[in-house]
Amino acid sequence: MNQYKARLFISFSMMILLLLLVGFFQSWALCLTIVNLCLISAIMALGVNIQWGYAGLFNVGIMGFAALGGMSVVLISKNSVPQALQAGGLKMLLALFFLAATVAAAVYLHKKFQRKSLVILTILIGYFITRYFYSDATQSIEAVNPALTGYLGGLGLPVLFSWIAGGCMAAAAAWLIGKISLGLRTDYLAIATLGISEIILAVIKNEDWLVRGVKNVTSIPRPVPYEIDLQQAAWFQDMIAKFYSKSLDILPVADQATALKDYISGASILLVKISYTGLFASVLLLLIVLASLALNSPWGRMIRAIRDNEIAASAMGKDITKRHLQIFVIGSAIVGVAGAMLVTYDGQFTPGSYIPLRFTFLIWVMVIVGGSGNNLGSVIGGFVIWFLWIMAEPVGFWLTDLSTSFLNSENFFRQHLLEHAQYIRLIFMGLVLLLVMRFSPDGILPETNKKL
Amino acid sequence: MPEFTDILNAVILMCNFMIVPALSYGSQLALGALAVTLVYSVLRFANFAQGDTMAFATGVTILTTWMLQNSGISFGFMPTAILAMPIAVIACMAYILLIDKFVYEYYRSQNSKPITIVMASVGVMFITGGIVRFVLGPSHQIFSDGARFIITAREFKEMTGLSEGLAIKTSQFLTVTIAIMLVGFVFYFLQKTKTGKAMRAYSDNEDLALLSGIDPTKVVRVTWILVAVLTTIAGVLYGLDKGFMAISYHQLLLPTFAAVIVGGIGSPIGAIVGGFVISFSELTMTYAYKKFLIYLLPEALEPSGLVQFLSTEYKFAISFVILVIVLLLRPTGIFKGKVI
Repeated sequence: MNQYKARLFISFSMMILLLLLVGFFQSWALCLTIVNLCLISAIMALGVNIQWGYAGLFNVGIMGFAALGGMSVVLISKNSVPQALQAGGLKMLLALFFLAATVAAAVYLHKKFQRKSLVILTILIGYFITRYFYSDATQSIEAVNPALTGYLGGLGLPVLFSWIAGGCMAAAAAWLIGKISLGLRTDYLAIATLGISEIILAVIKNEDWLVRGVKNVTSIPRPVPYEIDLQQAAWFQDMIAKFYSKSLDILPVADQATALKDYISGASILLVKISYTGLFASVLLLLIVLASLALNSPWGRMIRAIRDNEIAASAMGKDITKRHLQIFVIGSAIVGVAGAMLVTYDGQFTPGSYIPLRFTFLIWVMVIVGGSGNNLGSVIGGFVIWFLWIMAEPVGFWLTDLSTSFLNSENFFRQHLLEHAQYIRLIFMGLVLLLVMRFSPDGILPETNKKL
Repeated sequence: MPEFTDILNAVILMCNFMIVPALSYGSQLALGALAVTLVYSVLRFANFAQGDTMAFATGVTILTTWMLQNSGISFGFMPTAILAMPIAVIACMAYILLIDKFVYEYYRSQNSKPITIVMASVGVMFITGGIVRFVLGPSHQIFSDGARFIITAREFKEMTGLSEGLAIKTSQFLTVTIAIMLVGFVFYFLQKTKTGKAMRAYSDNEDLALLSGIDPTKVVRVTWILVAVLTTIAGVLYGLDKGFMAISYHQLLLPTFAAVIVGGIGSPIGAIVGGFVISFSELTMTYAYKKFLIYLLPEALEPSGLVQFLSTEYKFAISFVILVIVLLLRPTGIFKGKVI
């Protein structure tokens, strides 16, 4: 236990030290940006850790759940587009109604009559009716000012609601997937999550009426004040003037105004980032507390018992499939929340930026390196790996540059390699994952209560 | 009532845009699925690195092809890549065996849970993908040369006098012939040779196989060698047909898995049938039937839209939906594969 505490202390203080070094030697704005993204990554890793570390469920579709969370930010926080709603809202509602009716009818007929031909016929008829209203609706919605809107817009609610909504949407998708593939072979879940994440992305990219597809949604409302408003607020200006009064007094009077302006703009950027940090950190803290309480409760013991020996646990009367479904939904919901937070922080939703490497694989590396089954492990994993990820690109470039430096700078081979140096990150992260899995499967912070 | 030539035209149209492409895509999927199923039944894990390993092998082929082309070697009307393929097979074997030695062997010796090995294979997937993108870049590369068509649409029209043409690309012809030969060889190997029988015994019951003196390291090695051959050929044929792009190989993973599960996980014949089920469903669902219906229906009923069930962007969705249907209705697949 003492050794564990030492590990905890050393790993966290090392991480803080590294971040402080970035702050001192590069800039505090950069340091805070890294911290914020580390916090979001840590939340995502926590969600995956709940699935993998607690229950041994392998989710290869983290990207899809994160994208759903991101989409919900647009749907909740952007203002609605009245013309589009007028043009196609009703038709879209009708199309969705027919879709729901078709699914309901198919399920009912399947349960009631067990006749496959009847079900297939219903689905076909329902498909054509839905399709008729749907294509009409999408055309009229997308025709409304396509350069700026061309979509239905959102509900115009405060953006913080979207974090909850993102969690709910990811949970719903996870429930569907889990319902189908849990209870079968363990790798079916992996394959099904891989599929659903590709489909979610395909839908987001191609259904322009929903969230504008690859045309992106920008200027998403913020939960924190804008820099420009802060700079013009009198209280903020006074505060900064007071704070920097000593260094301002030394300057000649002529320069004081410009210096103050610089200080104010710098401080406003920092304040915005710090408010984000506060928000993210409180979400992370809340989730960690809840997760630790759950993990150490009778429920948590049951989950771990199921993970370690399914047969014994089911002999004790535990419903394994149901517990797995529960865990899978909870974990995915947390990933969805983190996805929503990320889009909120970026202030824009760009479907093209969702790539498996960044959203699925990197999170996995965080969980494994941090220590699967340990909540604080995911946090340190999120911090360490995001930090490495940021640093790996310049290092990869530098390594390629160095190893090919014996070649002429116009050499085709060298230029080619330098151009693709970013892909070294893939190899590097893959190696980290494999090496940690092999030589230190417990990660930085091993699971504390492994023995029941 | 449509005239006879209209019906013929409609049939030819269907062959040209649906059946021939589906046959060749299905063969490519079937070879990949066969590799996944072999790994699954002998090594007992779902190999997520399959798509990217295909890209790796194709990458080696492309580099070798370029080298051959530079030194002025070509293969007549056939693509030069066919000449380069043996080298790629050897490179792919070496790569896979190396990966096995450094990654999978350890987990086998530890008797790890299958899901841990799946995860290791995801690690291998990213490393392999990284190597491929690092060397060849993420962009689209076309490496087929030689004659593009065996029969062009124009020649076919002149031959038959119909207004629709049937074009058969060299790559499509090659795909189907090579796939038939390769599948024949694999089945012969599994059914008739001593090593093949040992592999099947090992996959059926590991303990019993070990008791009868079957050498597990040899079985594993032979499996990986077969997988390397299948992977390389599937990858090269796909690349000749559709061009090489690292991401599209990565995305082949879903249809490949769907093919394996539809056919019955662990069943070689199932993998082949599954490959065709997936390819035909993908093409029937994304094909625009407008022209086909115009030939068959009287003028009054002619469709105005494209008559397409789903746009091509959603082709993953089709493999996924088929996967879901199979999991819901018959989790063992068409040819009863293994299931818990």
